[in-house]
Amino acid sequence: MSRVAVLQGGRSLERQVSLRSGARVQDALKRLGHEVVAIDAGPDLVQRLRSANPDVAFVAMHGGDGEDGTVQEILECLGIPYTGSGIAACMRCMDKVLAKHLMREAGIPTPDFYAFAQSAFQELGAAESLPEIEQRLTFPIVVKPASQGSALGIKFARSAQDVPAALVAALSYDRRVLLERYIDGRDLAVGILDGVDGQGAQALPIVEAIPEADSFYDFEARYRIGATRFVCPAELDDATADRAQELALAVYTSFGCSGFARVDLMLDNVSGDLTVLEANAIPGLTETSLIPQAAEAAGISFDALISRLINQAFCASERA
Amino acid sequence: MDAMSEKDQQSESRDGGVGSGARPRSAARDIERYASLFAQRTQVMTSSAMRDLMAITERSEIISLAGGLPDTASFPPETFAALMTTIAQSSCARALQYGPTEGLMTVRQAIVEVMAAEGITGVGADDVLVTTGGQQVIDLVCKTLIDPGDVIVAEAPTYPGAVPAFSAYQADVVQIEMDADGMRIDLLEQALARLDQEGRRPKFIYTIPTFQNPGGVTMSLPRRRRLVEIAAERELLVLEDNPYGLLRFEGEPLPTLRTLDGGIYVIYLGTFSKILSPGLRLGWAVAPAPVLDKLNVAKQSVDLCSSSVSQYFVAAYFAQGRWREYVASLTSIYRRRRDAMLEALTEHLPSEAHWTTPQGGLFVWATLPDYIDTTDLLARALAENVAFVPGRAAFMDGRGASSLRLNFSGVGEDDIREGIRRIGKVVAEQVSLYGTLTGTPAAIPQPSVSPAPEQLGSVVHLDDRRDSERRREA
Repeated sequence: MSRVAVLQGGRSLERQVSLRSGARVQDALKRLGHEVVAIDAGPDLVQRLRSANPDVAFVAMHGGDGEDGTVQEILECLGIPYTGSGIAACMRCMDKVLAKHLMREAGIPTPDFYAFAQSAFQELGAAESLPEIEQRLTFPIVVKPASQGSALGIKFARSAQDVPAALVAALSYDRRVLLERYIDGRDLAVGILDGVDGQGAQALPIVEAIPEADSFYDFEARYRIGATRFVCPAELDDATADRAQELALAVYTSFGCSGFARVDLMLDNVSGDLTVLEANAIPGLTETSLIPQAAEAAGISFDALISRLINQAFCASERA
Repeated sequence: MDAMSEKDQQSESRDGGVGSGARPRSAARDIERYASLFAQRTQVMTSSAMRDLMAITERSEIISLAGGLPDTASFPPETFAALMTTIAQSSCARALQYGPTEGLMTVRQAIVEVMAAEGITGVGADDVLVTTGGQQVIDLVCKTLIDPGDVIVAEAPTYPGAVPAFSAYQADVVQIEMDADGMRIDLLEQALARLDQEGRRPKFIYTIPTFQNPGGVTMSLPRRRRLVEIAAERELLVLEDNPYGLLRFEGEPLPTLRTLDGGIYVIYLGTFSKILSPGLRLGWAVAPAPVLDKLNVAKQSVDLCSSSVSQYFVAAYFAQGRWREYVASLTSIYRRRRDAMLEALTEHLPSEAHWTTPQGGLFVWATLPDYIDTTDLLARALAENVAFVPGRAAFMDGRGASSLRLNFSGVGEDDIREGIRRIGKVVAEQVSLYGTLTGTPAAIPQPSVSPAPEQLGSVVHLDDRRDSERRREA
């Protein structure tokens, strides 16, 4: 039995989801017999961590400071073991552009892309290169902020005329924006979980997100939550399922993730090729989140999942 | 906050949620246990992403022009204490007791007095049903009139809080564009004719004719006349929502639809929320007798009666006879705040933007260049600690993407000026960025001139559906 600080909330746009993840994690920790201190991450975070003096911190923050390594940096400074990935891995996951470059270098397939900072358009005339980009990526093009965990700010440009407004929208969320080739295919998510001893990562059963056919926003449905249902395990042939899990594990390993993560992939309807879109260092843990569903499909209850993450945090700090 | 934040049926935005009726085959019992029990009508299509954004607008460091909050800070605490003392001394047991479904007689008499101040005569206390806020009237009217798939006609944009109510009853909402004179009656007639051809009959027309929320515009007298004529010709009900009528800053009051129609096809919705306190949760309906009976039966199943404590508070308050003075003081506070907002908009928004000039009420509706999506803009604005309601919340069909609702009743003039300055800054940034991206000369944001009253006709006008779809897909 340990004293666990559950870090949640914060200023991120995903604050609400984080609070729900946090609440559910707290319930599980109490059932497991731990002492729980809930901390809504704000200006008094360090102070509250000091006075709580926890044995370990469970990071249940999504987006922003909780997922980009900032909170992890603070926890390292204070010498508090914490769940999930370390600083560098968080940065690699949170920054979709960096993540895609790393995947490219590691030979992991990811949809073609170009990325720019707002300043490139304002100061270097990058807009002049849009025709080349559009020609290479071909329409429709997905435009998204470089670091935003939820569906916010993701736009589809069907023609050159749509691109500027899509860029303006995506740049509302981040100073950098990603233009990515659109893959017409199936959305898959693979949860990765470290073993009981904090080592030997395993891929969980694959979840498929299926847009509801009658959705008003059909084209965007896959990114528009509430218009999507989830199937786990996804109906895939063995070879494809194995390959998807293999790719997800490769991303997890090459990014240096620990504890858990979720890797999102696309299965191309025409070619059958799998590509990796991104990895999430702190996936949602609410009642409707994918990782808990996938874990349960693998016979790992929510409490067991949380227990494993706490153990991993201690193991990681011992190894450090 | 108004009902913007009340859409809670949705799953999450993080990594997806199961729509309430979805049936994943996983053994995720937590979801499955409840999901299969949820009613069809809970599967309402709303953007949970926007809900998460709106939740952030409540943080204390944010200047929120998003709410619809009256300025309750101006209510004298000593008056509050005196009223509560009166209740304790003279009606303690009754205030703590259930009351009649239709409401206390003294409250219904107070309501008759308020309606008389709106120019509505010929209404008796027996014609009134006291409700739990005006919001309950919307709900009860839907409950009484709407079967799944029935048509409700509403304004475009409409009150964001009505949207989830309409959705919950699975109504098919047809929204009619407005201009500076309120709902475009020509378009209403076209829409009704089209519905005729399709064999669909609308059950009621929902309108806020005076100081509309969110549009800030007021329906002209000729249009009011024509609207009640149409209702009579077609034997349709009209739900006239009039929360703001007494909060008039300038201009002559217009007759309500209830006055023009005499109470044959008009259901009138009033509330104490904007003239006294939304915390009391007291509103009312005045309706043709057969409709009122049904509303009463519906209310019995919802909550038996509205709060007795609140009703005794209203009764004691009206017995003091100074309610009009308080409304006058609120009106002068809001007038100054509106003026501050309009000045700040003129100073800080670029010339491509336009907005309404409300003669009363709580809201300004602003429309930005069509390449700016105000849901995304809100995310950017929140980084500057300022918030508003994205226009999409006021539509059922994805329109309104470039508009926003600004409230001027809930915060002081300094905060209004600073809030609009910050919004102006992020808008200017996006205008300039768009100029850079399209290769057009970067538009230097210039102070714009607020449109003259006679030009207001185009202010609320929205692009047709195809245009807005194009934008949405962008």
